[in-house]
Amino acid sequence: MRLEYFQLIDRIVDVNLDQQTIRTEAIVPTASTIFEGHFPGYPLMPGVLLIEAMAQTSGWLVIAVTKFTRMPFLVAVKEAKLRSFVPPGATLALSAKLLHEGSGFAVTKAEIRSEGKLVCNAEITFRVMEFPNPAFRVSMEKVAGALEFPMRAPANG
Amino acid sequence: MSSTFDTVAGIIAETCNIERETIKPESHAIDDLGIDSLDFLDIAFAIDKAFGIKLPLEQWTQEVNDGKATTEQYFVLQNLCSRIDDLVAAKG
Repeated sequence: MRLEYFQLIDRIVDVNLDQQTIRTEAIVPTASTIFEGHFPGYPLMPGVLLIEAMAQTSGWLVIAVTKFTRMPFLVAVKEAKLRSFVPPGATLALSAKLLHEGSGFAVTKAEIRSEGKLVCNAEITFRVMEFPNPAFRVSMEKVAGALEFPMRAPANG
Repeated sequence: MSSTFDTVAGIIAETCNIERETIKPESHAIDDLGIDSLDFLDIAFAIDKAFGIKLPLEQWTQEVNDGKATTEQYFVLQNLCSRIDDLVAAKG
């Protein structure tokens, strides 16, 4: 994770277009100013950032499904459950499944596990639009490259 | 159409917490029922699932924005239900 850049995932592990699923991974940094406030003397990864991590994982899935022609923007988070504390240094396994690709929107179900244990899960809705400008898409492609996004998304992992 | 309307009205009532009795075929989803675009995504999701279709919301929005259609054509519930019936029929 690069919290200062709001990059909540480190790597895309696989994208399965047949199953419409994605897996990503992230390591919570051991030190961040965020932990100085959340909480002093008892550092924990904020739940809202775990939700953002699920949204980013889901977002890359939507980008893969739409062949990098469209950009998902977070609009709703439902049934978000933060099930256990996540400390600095934790390794997170994130996954998402596309529940529905509608006209101009998409709905996913996402979860995060740490050491095999379910940490949090939610249903996430995105507005899905054309990239507002070509430069934005180029920027997203650069981020995709850094995350090892499969530009020719494979059918199986 | 009546069973389509019953399903759609039930979805709207549940999704938006609107009294079922206030939802009429002639109700305009936006102007009369106060449903905003975000809530309508939830409704579209539920309608897509219930009928096995994909409401062409982007196309409708574009047509309204371009002045080629009115919101009444798509968002008055009896019109919406007719379009749902057409989409279901087209599915075969």
